[in-house]
This record gives sequence, structure tokens and C-alpha cells, in this order.
Amino acid sequence: MTKRTALVNARLLDPAARLDAPGGVLIEDGRVAAIGPEVTADSVPEGAAVIDCGGACAAPGLVDMRVQLGEPGGEHKETIDSGSLAAAAGGVTAVVALPNTSPVIDDVNVVEFIARRAREVRRVKVFAYGALTRGLKGEQLTELGMLKDAGALAFTDGLRAVSSARVMRRALFYAQAFDALIVQHPEEPDLARSGAVTEGEIATRLGLPGIPAVAEAMMIDRDLRLVELTGGRYHAAHVTTGQGLALIRRAKREGWRVTCDTAPHYFALNETAVGEYRTFGKVSPPLRSEADRRAVVEALADGTIDAIASDHDPQDQESKRLPFGDAEPGIVGLESLLPLSLELYHNGHMPLLDVLEKLTSAPADLLGLPLGRLAPGRAGDVVIFDPDIPARIEVDGFRSKSKNSPFDRRPVQGRVLRTVVDGRTVFEAD
Amino acid sequence: MADVAPYSYPHRHLLGIEGLAPGEISALLDLSESYVEQSRRDDKKVAVLKGRTVINVFFETSTRTRTSFELAGKRLGADVINISPDISAIKKGETLLDTALTLNAMHPDLLVVRHPQSGAVHLLAEKVDGAVINAGDGWHEHPTQALLDALTIRRRLGGLSGLTVAICGDIMHSRVARSNIHLFNAMGTRVRVVAPPTLLPAEMDRFGVEVFHDMRAGLDGVDIVMMLRLQTERMQGSFVPSVREYFRFFGLDARKLAAARPDALVMHPGPMNRGVEIDSDVADDIHRSLIQAQVEMGVAVRMACLDLLTRKLQSNRAEAA
Repeated sequence: MTKRTALVNARLLDPAARLDAPGGVLIEDGRVAAIGPEVTADSVPEGAAVIDCGGACAAPGLVDMRVQLGEPGGEHKETIDSGSLAAAAGGVTAVVALPNTSPVIDDVNVVEFIARRAREVRRVKVFAYGALTRGLKGEQLTELGMLKDAGALAFTDGLRAVSSARVMRRALFYAQAFDALIVQHPEEPDLARSGAVTEGEIATRLGLPGIPAVAEAMMIDRDLRLVELTGGRYHAAHVTTGQGLALIRRAKREGWRVTCDTAPHYFALNETAVGEYRTFGKVSPPLRSEADRRAVVEALADGTIDAIASDHDPQDQESKRLPFGDAEPGIVGLESLLPLSLELYHNGHMPLLDVLEKLTSAPADLLGLPLGRLAPGRAGDVVIFDPDIPARIEVDGFRSKSKNSPFDRRPVQGRVLRTVVDGRTVFEAD
Repeated sequence: MADVAPYSYPHRHLLGIEGLAPGEISALLDLSESYVEQSRRDDKKVAVLKGRTVINVFFETSTRTRTSFELAGKRLGADVINISPDISAIKKGETLLDTALTLNAMHPDLLVVRHPQSGAVHLLAEKVDGAVINAGDGWHEHPTQALLDALTIRRRLGGLSGLTVAICGDIMHSRVARSNIHLFNAMGTRVRVVAPPTLLPAEMDRFGVEVFHDMRAGLDGVDIVMMLRLQTERMQGSFVPSVREYFRFFGLDARKLAAARPDALVMHPGPMNRGVEIDSDVADDIHRSLIQAQVEMGVAVRMACLDLLTRKLQSNRAEAA
């Protein structure tokens, strides 16, 4: 029997179709069957479950292209189960896990393990990156073709930059045989070594070793020259500086196959968030100056930055309640991704559809996922949210196993009301 | 005991000089004066801290600072215990916060803490009921060193305001430099820093100091030359190419000191690397060198800090009761 769910009385938002209109979505057997003003409580077929959205926004479920799920190897910080709960609560219907696991996702078996665990948990869609080099050591390429066949969406060494220009050149060349995307943590590692915060007045005041902002631009500059040389597809993850963004802006103008993303903490916070040694503000790359924060906002608005990812990096108390230099970097982000991104809309930097595009169709498209759209035939993944309701980020209420967020108690506007994956409700607000 | 109101220093801890008001710094220095006199008497002991427990917790080896604090506590009549890295559980993997909780259960009134990581003393201070004195955290602050330097200058020259001090050497890795810059800025002393660019932290100009890379230019006309220690591992090609090059261009000798005022004084927080950052002729010149006086003032300043923080603890408890 066909299973039908109708989401009615909604403000439909589909950034890929530039749709912003009242109406409903009918989902049949997990796929969108109809969308528009004609889908109403009265018009839906007999036996359909009808969900009245009460005028709230219905958008494609968010696609978070950069998360760490702790599994395998870091289950005390997060699991695919707890991470999926957090994703669902954040309106995220698809996540892409980084390969910084133990064991590393550099082997077909590990890709298959994650897919199997995700099927067992059956909440949100869980995809994975493959490691670009074996053991994330930056030396030998992994079996990109076999990993891609097994389901790896793209290739990266995660939180580690590929330091060797020779290895990066070969990766960009070889990956073209499989049209694979190479994702880089853009930071010159020798220059960044032992750094804890961005270099500048605050680092000097706190007596902490700094990472100069140019460490990012240097790596992006080198990589872009290799893109020009090889014609490869390159994505710079979590870009944080005006200098780095200027290079990407220019490369895009040249027509090179270059994309990038950033995370909410790079447009919602600056270096002052580390204040008196607050380790919840320690993240890699580090929070930057106010000028760089503004440059990130500008690059989001002008399209230089393609996507927003949560950069969800769960860390337990034992990894954070340490002297600043010893503490692990990382911020949990799945459950604050939407309200923080909506600040760009509320502050007048970007139209609502543009903000949503960077959270849905843009990341889906650049990873080759057929997600992030509310169109007939597409997956019935929907987030229902109120974009305006005043709220506070309450870290204690996070479903994630870890609570390492510098955003606790931050006043925001916007709240996820319901998350639907393939027509199934996987989260409903109290 | 000098007459100092308990509220002249309104903080529970002494974690850094940054943020202290000039009046608070003066109160600490005024009280220190009385302890200088006391320490010169035959009977050096008073009972202001009788019954109190002071624990010196040094996660980084130190002889002079720890000894200075130990002497200060004992001269005030406190029970003083030293915990050093070799006997602490740190080597067994106990975290800093576990150590803090363990120490706190012993009800110390004052904890004197040194740690190799910037900010570690702040972290520990959040978890204990007593008062905490920062005896040096990473590259961040060493407030009692700045206070003893200020007391040394004040006693010799009568004040701090209007003087010009040149702080020379490894500014980047120096908690002594940071604490002194904050203190001199608060007290109206002009500050210059003189160092090779590799040993200067970013954006020094935002700290109200004048930056020099040439010793003779930086020392021109100054009242005080304050030298910093250069650690061995930083002088073999990583930050400076060699000891001999460093001494030639940044070490203090009579020739470079001649650029300063004729009666300019020389300071060093110790321990000195003779022939690296300072020439023995200068260090041992009894007319110019304040280095021995600094050590003496160290004990007095630490007595004053222990005393004032204890008074604050008392008034807190009185309020709570």
C-alpha cells in the first residue's frame, strides 16, 4: 500500500526553484509526489497522514556537508545514533561524515560499516567522505575509485591539511578519472603548528601561540595553482579569512572548478569569543578578527562561499576542561546550524532563500547528491521551521552527546518545529 | 602591620596585573614596604597568617620564586607546603582540575600556582575555595615579578610615573614582560621594548609601548634597562641564529648601556645567562645593577600579597557569616 504524508498550510521555500509561496507537499513512499497551493488538507488522497504546518516554513531538509560523528572510535563523544538525533533536531536530514575516525575511512570496509550503522539507526541520511591519503598521513593516495564506488562522496584528510604539494597535485590529477571532488583543510601546517588562536592582539594578551591568518591564504593560493595546472575539482573547507576568500573569488571568476564552505562560528563569532581562555571557542581553523568575520559575511552574500556546514565536532568535558593550549579544538554545531545561519537573514545580509540554498541544494549539488530540493520525484526530506520566533540556544537541551558550544544562551530567532526524512517524522519540537 | 583597608584590593585572587587599578597596585606596594623593614630585622616573623595553610603548587620547576613564596609564607607564620611536579600526580596523568579538587579538599587558604600553560592558573582558580596567586602561567603573566620590579624601582627612584623603562630580549615568550607592561602602563611609566623581530609577539604597538630592534636606539635616554632571560632552546637557530650573534646585537654590555642615562639602572628577573643577554661587568656593577635588590623585594612583595589576599578572605567569610 502506498504510504502518503501531506504537509499542508505551509510557506513553501525551495531555493533551487526560487519558490517562496503558500502551499503544501505531498510525499508518497518517501518521495515528493506533488507540491504547491493545490496540496491542501481537503485535496489529499484518502488515508494520507496530514500534518498542518500552521503557516510555518517548509524547506528541503538541510544537507550538512561537514560533521564528525565519532563512530567508529570516538563513541564517548558521539555516535551515529546520537549524532543523527542531533541532526534531526537541527532540521538536518543528510550529513556527510569526515574520515577522521579510528580506524580512518581509508578503506571500503569502513565506508560500508558507516552505511550499515546508518541503516540500523534509520533516522537521517548519513554519508561519508573517504580519506584522501592512507591513514590521513598525507603520503599515499587511497583507492579513490573503489571508495567512490562503495559510497564515499568526496575525498579529504579532514582536519589535516594535505601538506605536500606533490601529493596534492597527484590527487587533483588522479581524481579526475572518477570525477571526484578533493576537499582541503586550507591551512599551511608548518606555519600553523602549535598555534591555538589566531595571531594578533588577543593572542599576545593571553600569551598563546598564534596562527597567522595568511596560513590559510598560502595554502589556498598553492592549491589553486595546482587546480590551474591539473584542471581538478577542488573545495576549500571552512574558509575564514578575507585573504583566502579573495583568492577563491578570483579563481571562480577565472572559471576554475573551485568551491568553498564556511561554518556558522566564522560568521557569528570573532576571536574575542576565546575571551579569558574559553576553550569552547577553540576551533580549527581558529576564530578570526572582526575584519575577517565581516569578509566571511560578504563572501556568503556575494556567492563566493557556496555552502554553510556546521563543522560539528563533538568534544567531551575531558577534552575541553584543560588549559587552553592542551584543549582539543571543536564546536558542536548540528543543533545551532539553522538559527545561527538565519542571523544572516535577520541582519539583512542575505535573502532567506539564499541562506537556505547554502544549507540545502548548494552542498547537495557540489557533492553530487540528489537532495536539497522540494520537487516531484525528489526525496521527501523536509524541515518545518519558524524563522522568526525568538529563542535561545540551550546547550543543555542538545541531543548530541557533547555540549561543547560557545553559543550557549545566545539569543537567536528561528526554531525547527519538525524534521521529515523520506516522509517519516524524525523530530518534532515539544 | 601597615594600615591598609581590606577593600584596597577588592579581588579574591591575584591572577594577573592586567585589569588592576593603579590604586590597587599602590596598595600592594605600600604594604610591601613595611615587610621590607620587617625582613631586615633579626626577628623576621609575625603571626598574621598564623593557622593559615599556604600550598605552593609548581607544575614547572623553579627555585627562586618557590623559595621566595615559601619564605614569605613562613615569615608571616603560615604553614607552607610545597608540591612540585616530581611528587605530584601530574606525571601519572591526573588532570589539572582533578589536582585542583584534591588540593581544595585539604582546605588551603592560599594556593600559589605556577604552570607552563597560559591560562592554567585561571582554570584552577575557578575550582577552589581559597585565594590563588599566579606565580607564572606560560607566556601570560607573572604578577608578583612585576610588583617586585615596581617596588625595587620605586624605592630607588622614589616613584614610577614619568620614568622610561626599556624591556629587552625575548618579549614573545615572557610572562614577566607582559605583567610589567601592564603595570608600567597603569602607573604612568613609559615603556619601550627592544628585541629582534622574531622574539616580539604580534601587534605590540597595541600595548602602549614603543618598539625597537636596535639596542642603542631603544636604550637612548632611558632610566631603567630591564633584561629578560633567553632560554637555551630558542637561541640555536629557531628564533635567533646563535648565542654570539644574539649577545653582539641584543646582549647588554657597557657599550650599549652607555646610550641610556648616565645613572640608568639595570634589572633582570633571573636566573641570568651571563654572556648571552647580559655581560657580567654590567650585572655585577653595584652602582647600576638592582638584581640583588629585586630578590630581596620579591620576598616582601609576596608577603604583602599573601597578607592582603588573606584579609580579603576574612572579610568574605565575615560577610558570609
